[in-house]
Amino acid sequence: MRRRWSLGPVLGTLAIVVGAFVMLVPFAWMLSTSLKPGSALLVLPPRFIPDEPTLEPYRAVVTTFPMLRVFFNSALVALATTAGQLVVASLSGYAFARFRFRGREALFYGYLATLMVPFAVTITPLFIIVRTFGWTNGYAGLIVPTMFTAFGTFLMRQFFQTIPRELEEAATLDGAGTLATFVRVIVPITGPAFATLGIFAFMASWNNFLWPLLIVSDRQFMTLPLALATLQGIYPGQTQWNLVMAGTVISVVPMIVVFLLAQRWVIEGMTTSGLKG
Amino acid sequence: MYERGARRWLVLALFLGPSLIGVVLFVAGPIVASLLLAFTSWDLLTPPTFVGVRNFERLSRDLEFWAALRHTVTFLAGYVPLVLVTGLAVAVALNGRVPARGAFRAVFFLPVVTSWVAVALVWKWLLNPQFGLVNAWLAQLGVQGPAWLFDPSWAMPSVILTSVWKDTGFVMVILLAGLQAIPREYYEASGIDGATRWQQLVHVTVPLLAPAIFFALTISLINSFQVFDQVYVMTGGGPAGATTVLVERIVKQAFSFSRMGYAAAMSWVLFVLIFVTTFAFSRLQRRWT
Repeated sequence: MRRRWSLGPVLGTLAIVVGAFVMLVPFAWMLSTSLKPGSALLVLPPRFIPDEPTLEPYRAVVTTFPMLRVFFNSALVALATTAGQLVVASLSGYAFARFRFRGREALFYGYLATLMVPFAVTITPLFIIVRTFGWTNGYAGLIVPTMFTAFGTFLMRQFFQTIPRELEEAATLDGAGTLATFVRVIVPITGPAFATLGIFAFMASWNNFLWPLLIVSDRQFMTLPLALATLQGIYPGQTQWNLVMAGTVISVVPMIVVFLLAQRWVIEGMTTSGLKG
Repeated sequence: MYERGARRWLVLALFLGPSLIGVVLFVAGPIVASLLLAFTSWDLLTPPTFVGVRNFERLSRDLEFWAALRHTVTFLAGYVPLVLVTGLAVAVALNGRVPARGAFRAVFFLPVVTSWVAVALVWKWLLNPQFGLVNAWLAQLGVQGPAWLFDPSWAMPSVILTSVWKDTGFVMVILLAGLQAIPREYYEASGIDGATRWQQLVHVTVPLLAPAIFFALTISLINSFQVFDQVYVMTGGGPAGATTVLVERIVKQAFSFSRMGYAAAMSWVLFVLIFVTTFAFSRLQRRWT
């Protein structure tokens, strides 16, 4: 009896250590490969610690591909999408939570219904709309269509419904209009909801692959995932894995930093929504 | 909302307008358009023509579509149970008293915040038959590793394992939230009654965790029907078409062959599959919990 009780946690901890090792090895291998000269890639058996670590792959990937521009694109698109989503979703979430108007419930259920439809269903018409606007191979096409999600509106509405109405009523007695009340009274206390939705939107945008793949072919407008996928195929003969891994490290580090700084909001967003970005 | 008359409409338009216009133009509109498109033939060059259910008829005879459907189901059948088991195991282990628990949780969560393209690339390199780390380590154990992504019978298992690696942390956080809601007293009481840890897991944890498990299950199912990024980057549907999946077919039909109507029809089949499966599982959940 006693033995069984004490063996369990030890085995559990051991399993967790092994599991964590399996989780970390690919990241370590990514970093290790990105620091190797091309010749070291073909050494058998492969060395985990590079014999002669070099930053050459980083220099090479930045010069043979517009990686810095791509990095800037990813940052711009993710930040703009996030800002847009926060504004659009908080305004509409507030309307659904507080305003009384005809057809509100029906409209809200309409919003929810769109969440059930997979993105693959909309890609053909969406592509045609974006092409009609002349937004392919440009920032507008990457940013604008991704700013509007029923999920964001839903999340903000849920949050606003938890705020007691007395807060706004006090402001209205002072003669403030709805917009002024929203900006001065509501927005300052919406921090947690903004953080959850913001992190989520940023991550989804930073990691998005399918949409940029469909509308961008010009390297100048690629975002990181699309650039990486392109990078693996552009070298004649064989994929230069040290360059590809250098690019991968460049793309992964910012997201890991964001995650470590904002762990709580990332996890909160995912557990409530079930979405992964 | 305290404004009256015309001002009232102005305020409503200000708050709801941006979202409504955007959702109609970029979400709801495309959904409706896609449904209409599914009954047309359209190559983007000439105007679309109405063809009734011909796209769906053709789908039923399209061997590539059936292969993609079969591969998608294979992926789902391998990925969903595996990721639930690993996610549950990690969640249970990290819910107990483990040193540096927070750090371990963060480690298991790292792949979740990493983009699919980055994950797919690093695994493609790890699984390289000649120079990859996996086969090198297997060789040290005296095992001749397979060609992984280059072997038609190993390609899908490779994609499945990579996906399980990436999403274990995701299932973990959902289940951890559920585990933390289970009152400690249940474990104390069953412990006093002489239940072993395994018995506690089977008779206390899993039943009480059922809603969270179903949530994770449903999400995993919905996601795995839409598997795309990892397949596109790791195999491109190959080798010899062994890993073609539905979304990859839809993208290819629409954007490589310019068969917009046909692709739309296929996407609605995907929708129905997801809808029916999710519905069936929610029914199952109601009976169980």
